[in-house]
Amino acid sequence: MLMYVVRRLLQAVPVVIGTTFLIYFMVFAMPGDPILAMFGDKTPNQATYDALAAQYHLDQPFIVQYGLYMKDLFSGNLGTTFSGQSVGEVLARTFPVTLKLAAMAIALEFSMAVILGLFAGLRKGKLFDNITLVIGLIMLSVPIFVLGFLAQYFVAIKWGWASPTVGSDTSLANMWLPAVVLALSLFTTSMRLMRGTVIDTRSRDFVRTAYAKGLPGRRVIPVHVLRNSLIPVVTNSAANFGVLMVGATVTEGIFNVPGVGNTLYQAIIRGEGPTVVSFVTVMVLAYVVINILVDLLYAVLDPRIRYA
Amino acid sequence: MTQETTPVTDTAEPLVSIKDLEIGFQTGNGFVQAVKGVSFDIFPGETVAIVGESGSGKSTTATGIIDLLPSNGRITGGQVMFGGKDLTKASKQEIVRTRGREIGYVPQDPMSNLNPVWSVGFQVREAVLANNMAKNKKDADKRAIEVLQEAGLADAERRMKQFPHQFSGGMRQRVLIGIGLAADPKLLIADEPTSALDVTVQRVILDHLESLTREKNTALLLITHDLGLAAERASKVIVMYQGKIVEAGPSLELLQNPQHPYTKRLIAAAPSLASVRLTSSKVEAPSAPAGDEIDLVAAAAHRHEVVEQADHAGTPAIEVKDLTKVFSIRRGSFRSEPFTAVDKVNFQVPRGTTMALVGESGSGKSTVAKMVLGLETATEGEILIGGKDATALNRQEMLAHRRRMQPVFQDPYGSLDPMRSIGSIIQEPLDVHKIGDRKERENRVNEVIDEVALPRTVLSRYPNELSGGQRQRIAIARALALKPDVVILDEAVSALDVLVQAQILQLLADLQEELGLTYLFITHDLAVVRVVADDVAVMERGKIVEHGKVEDIFSNAQTEYTQKLLDAIPGANIPLGA
Repeated sequence: MLMYVVRRLLQAVPVVIGTTFLIYFMVFAMPGDPILAMFGDKTPNQATYDALAAQYHLDQPFIVQYGLYMKDLFSGNLGTTFSGQSVGEVLARTFPVTLKLAAMAIALEFSMAVILGLFAGLRKGKLFDNITLVIGLIMLSVPIFVLGFLAQYFVAIKWGWASPTVGSDTSLANMWLPAVVLALSLFTTSMRLMRGTVIDTRSRDFVRTAYAKGLPGRRVIPVHVLRNSLIPVVTNSAANFGVLMVGATVTEGIFNVPGVGNTLYQAIIRGEGPTVVSFVTVMVLAYVVINILVDLLYAVLDPRIRYA
Repeated sequence: MTQETTPVTDTAEPLVSIKDLEIGFQTGNGFVQAVKGVSFDIFPGETVAIVGESGSGKSTTATGIIDLLPSNGRITGGQVMFGGKDLTKASKQEIVRTRGREIGYVPQDPMSNLNPVWSVGFQVREAVLANNMAKNKKDADKRAIEVLQEAGLADAERRMKQFPHQFSGGMRQRVLIGIGLAADPKLLIADEPTSALDVTVQRVILDHLESLTREKNTALLLITHDLGLAAERASKVIVMYQGKIVEAGPSLELLQNPQHPYTKRLIAAAPSLASVRLTSSKVEAPSAPAGDEIDLVAAAAHRHEVVEQADHAGTPAIEVKDLTKVFSIRRGSFRSEPFTAVDKVNFQVPRGTTMALVGESGSGKSTVAKMVLGLETATEGEILIGGKDATALNRQEMLAHRRRMQPVFQDPYGSLDPMRSIGSIIQEPLDVHKIGDRKERENRVNEVIDEVALPRTVLSRYPNELSGGQRQRIAIARALALKPDVVILDEAVSALDVLVQAQILQLLADLQEELGLTYLFITHDLAVVRVVADDVAVMERGKIVEHGKVEDIFSNAQTEYTQKLLDAIPGANIPLGA
């Protein structure tokens, strides 16, 4: 088990090196001069320009820049943004916010998917099944910024149930509306997966055996149907969690959430190589860790799965 | 093993009385009536067997009694009287109370009937608690261990925390029997409880079921497609056909003096009974069967004559010398240990004859088949096909080699690609081996479909539109497409109903006569061997423990293991009137 986790973490090393190299290369290859961009419409004098270029290693060839960056990365120094802040500090400020938002959204998404999917599966073809399908499809097809703006206008501004923007107060109470918007935009696939597996599990032989034992339906459904149906939903929700960790850029923008999505977007626009790469590295690691956790969760859900 | 002697007194109240039961299914093609007015009684302590082929409505009748029908099934008429109540009109709560406590149920397939995510102990305890057989969890655990020990799991205490996948099929079936009997029900419904198990395991399980039900005076409703098994275990046999009871009566009487033509067909087609008839009477086969009836005894006798006349001189079609296969089995993360699956096996199969390779699961018989087919490499030894060594071939030679030797596998559902039409499935080997042009390939496909006696219209259909027997014919047609010399039949008839099985066995015999084929017949069922094979080799733990002519082995088995396999044939001890 421990061996398995160590092996999986070691597998992440080439993944991290590969992604950072690709991202670094892509940022490097982007058109535009990042130093000129820092000064807006003004033009810096040559001396200032050269000093800045030397400071950020922009006068070096690509491969040297990348090498220097990786050296810093492994010694724990994530570099500084062009505005002079330490990338490490920016990450430490924004990442927990995104993590909190993503966790809230996924907790909601997962609960909605499991509960609605279970009942839709049990009432296959009935009114409840059809209503959840229609609502799910609407949520899936409405673009997230429409959903976001509507929620902001009605729930926050018109009815005053939530604050329209999050700003610096990132408490759970202040962030629930964007979390709900994200959950609504994501829950449909998980719910339909749950519904399908429930229908399938329900017709399995062991469920009939459970009834034959004399168990009432209120025990057979949670004990024999629900648990056996969870694996595909867990997989899908975990993948959604990974997507949210990368930052729900649009939603964070609408509700002014100071998370990684916003920051990363700004960094890409300004061509800040080290910032972008540091963010991506952390995201890749987060993704890898989440996937390992999900794989371990499989073994909890299904004893036939064992890791050695 | 002996006939049940429980007297069926007319004065006793029946435990279950089923009257004019009608059950139907809502399908894509409308409502289909599966059970059409079935009536019978089960008396306390009595064993009753319902026999019939798939689709005869036997399982539907059994599951209908305690409302375990699939969601599209519905009881449309009649009544099931149990303890003074009509179960077809009982409320949900009443049914839940009856299940387990009053009427236990043992399902068919031990592999799919235990929930893989809960421990075995949990699932037995659940049955104990659901029927108020224990007050608290500790008592329930004690009772669960008791139940499992009664069902024949000696080390139940240690195994309570284990999961179903850590149990063998036979052990899982014991668990399911334990669950079925956990609350001492008055009636136990056993729906083909052993058809997924090896013959020897089948026998142990049935013996156990019999002694348990007798001890507790539990009535047993046994559902089976094997008439021999039914007659051996039950005092009363009910024969069902197309949703109706065609004949019912005391089992011996029914077997010795069948009245209905369908019962006669079932008896003629049952390999277990045929082998009894072959051993008991050396007299010539009974009068020619009428209509589409297939008499395995007549077929076997005819086939035997043909093979006798055939020329056995020359190189054998298959010759295996000191064949050995060693697998390495993982033990923990880094260690592995060698496991000898096949150990210095030697045999020859003369051209145009059938050799049966018999043994229980895990005896190595299928590994031998895979090595002969070149699907698995031999660790040591030689395989000579028509005198040519098949173990040292390069890719090109292997392709040519495979052309002369084709397999037919056990599961007619799993071995045909569901996404391809029958025509393209049969034609595929011709395409792979680049035989002839398009026209010639099409002609060959038409030829083989005629050979397996199916209409050419099936060529444009898909596997899911065909029955199990038709699919197995397709699998045989695909094997024959390349005009092979040798056909390896790996449990090719084990998954089929008796009547379909008899048809396929007849077809194989006809094809052998016409085309001079050599068969290597892998099976766990000695009853089938009796009617199809010339030679037989019995395998146990990778070794051939006995080898000889079929007649010799059957009349005079040398090893205890072979004798055990022979005794396990259901119905082996039933005296038939002939």
